[in-house]
Amino acid sequence: MVSISNIIFYIFIFLTVYAQVFLLVTFLENRKRILIRKGRTFLLDYPEVTVIVPAFNEEKNLKKTVNSLLNLNYHKHRVKIILVDDGSTDNTWKVMQEFSVFPNIRLMQKRNGGKYTALNLGLESVETPFVGCMDADSVADPDALVRIMSYFEKDPELMAVTPSLITHQPKTLVQKAQKMEYLMSVYFKKMLGILSAIHVAPGPLTIFRKKVFEELGPYRHAHNTEDMEIAYRMQKNNYKIEHCNDAYVYTGTPSTIGKLFRQRLRWIYGFLNNTLDYRDVLFKKKYGNFSFFTLPAGVVSVVGVTYLLGRLLYSLGDFVFNKISHYQLVGFNFGTALRQFDVFFLSTKSFIFLEILIFGLVIFSMLLGAKMVEGKWKFSAKIFYYLAIFSAVAPLWLVKAIWNTLLSKRPAWR
Amino acid sequence: MIDWKKYLIVFLITATLFLSASYLSNYFGQRRIAELETIQDRLAIDILSSETQFDLLSDLACRNLSGSSVLSGELAELGRKLEWSESNLGGGEEVRRLKEYYSLLEIKDYLLAKKLAERCKVKSAFILYFYTTAEHCRECERQGLVLSALRERYPELRVYSFDYSINLSAVNSMLTIFKIKDTELPALVIDEELLTGFQPLEDLSERVEESFKLKEAESEEE
Repeated sequence: MVSISNIIFYIFIFLTVYAQVFLLVTFLENRKRILIRKGRTFLLDYPEVTVIVPAFNEEKNLKKTVNSLLNLNYHKHRVKIILVDDGSTDNTWKVMQEFSVFPNIRLMQKRNGGKYTALNLGLESVETPFVGCMDADSVADPDALVRIMSYFEKDPELMAVTPSLITHQPKTLVQKAQKMEYLMSVYFKKMLGILSAIHVAPGPLTIFRKKVFEELGPYRHAHNTEDMEIAYRMQKNNYKIEHCNDAYVYTGTPSTIGKLFRQRLRWIYGFLNNTLDYRDVLFKKKYGNFSFFTLPAGVVSVVGVTYLLGRLLYSLGDFVFNKISHYQLVGFNFGTALRQFDVFFLSTKSFIFLEILIFGLVIFSMLLGAKMVEGKWKFSAKIFYYLAIFSAVAPLWLVKAIWNTLLSKRPAWR
Repeated sequence: MIDWKKYLIVFLITATLFLSASYLSNYFGQRRIAELETIQDRLAIDILSSETQFDLLSDLACRNLSGSSVLSGELAELGRKLEWSESNLGGGEEVRRLKEYYSLLEIKDYLLAKKLAERCKVKSAFILYFYTTAEHCRECERQGLVLSALRERYPELRVYSFDYSINLSAVNSMLTIFKIKDTELPALVIDEELLTGFQPLEDLSERVEESFKLKEAESEEE
């Protein structure tokens, strides 16, 4: 008998495979269009760009971030930098002052109000046609900006370009696992960019035309995910966002499971709540693939993984209960268990093949992401760190994010 | 702006992948059923051969048969595989047919082994075990585990399990003979005595040992 639980299970698997195949088909259609440039990139014109760096208690990282901006391969006097101290309680302001000697750097200080308020303060003083933000825990590759700007040069309709985020010197196991995840995200973002369906304009060095903010207004609190909300708002207004896969920004990643959990909880909570806020764009032809693919695929992955976790926990509980009652009844004889093992008993239900397919597609996505960043196919053992850590912990932050959304309980930034 | 054709093509590709997974699943399912049929055919020939030899040579057959009769372990393994197939391969018509055939083989093996034990004084004990799959029977699952452990403990013990809900005339006859009711499952028959409800391992162990002693006493008397 086919149970309702099984029907839901197969629907989720179908939708997951559908989303993966959709991205793969997009890749195959556009693979020749994906540029991976080596060496210097040159532009016909070098428009002025302002980069706002909001910082809260970033005394350790700020210097490296600002230096990387000063070392960008771009006409020096055409990059303006605004450093905004968002009421730090450490020496961030002091570190900022060391940069006051640079004529293209401007310093600002304000009472703590959250990242979006620091960005908005910076935005008020922007006079250049392009503006970007830069998280103070990230370091830009010298060619990142010029490569991003080459996209704007080619396409006057383009309103924002996101870079490829790469994990900065991963040390712990959790960071190594994230390295593969970030590489996979490069592939996803590139495909979403091609589909005009990007849903987040990340803090580290997304560059916008200034008129985006003039026409659509400043950043909003947006459930602590202002970089997501601005992308939603742009998509709602049919503003084009592209992804520049060979513009690299190295970003700090959480080093422990606990920190990773808090970061992802904030992201997923932000995704769910921004999607709820923008629910009117769902399944509307005029909002394109953003409306028919990105948002539904995101919701399916959040709800699907949560549902699968529930199913897994149920099976696990059932298994443990059976083993305990088995032990209570007759004790446990390892020799018998081993003797009774037979390949005959390995499950060959169709979902097993589909799960192998999904895992295969996920691994392929990571390899494709690595290829887009590093220019070569490279298999890394870190893939297994990713699969092990994320499949064990991701369902927990998904469940918590859904729970918090239902209770309207906003997670803390850190 | 939206490439609907692409959405449709991706749908078709995904559906093809689903059908392929389902095909693979069926393919391996069929291979398992074929494996079960092979085991069962082999067992059927073994049983038939033992029966025929027994009939032909009568008492003289003891020496030959006691060592070569069908191994209860093999029959038990076939039982486990059938049970697994029933819950994992969907319990279709083919599995049901195999299970009926298996029940018949069990009855034949039981009758033969009993005759052999009586005539040839082979140390043995028999348990007939009745369970149901018509409804979820937690006690039957527990009883199954106890019987497997018991079989491990006493290699000379033969356990024959019958699904109450199988609706096969030979099994129905057994139900009538031993007065098995579906409200009293699991039910066990040991030395012609009916035990209903779950029986713990140690109680059954005692019973089996008693049964061995009984057989020994009977053979000494003769």
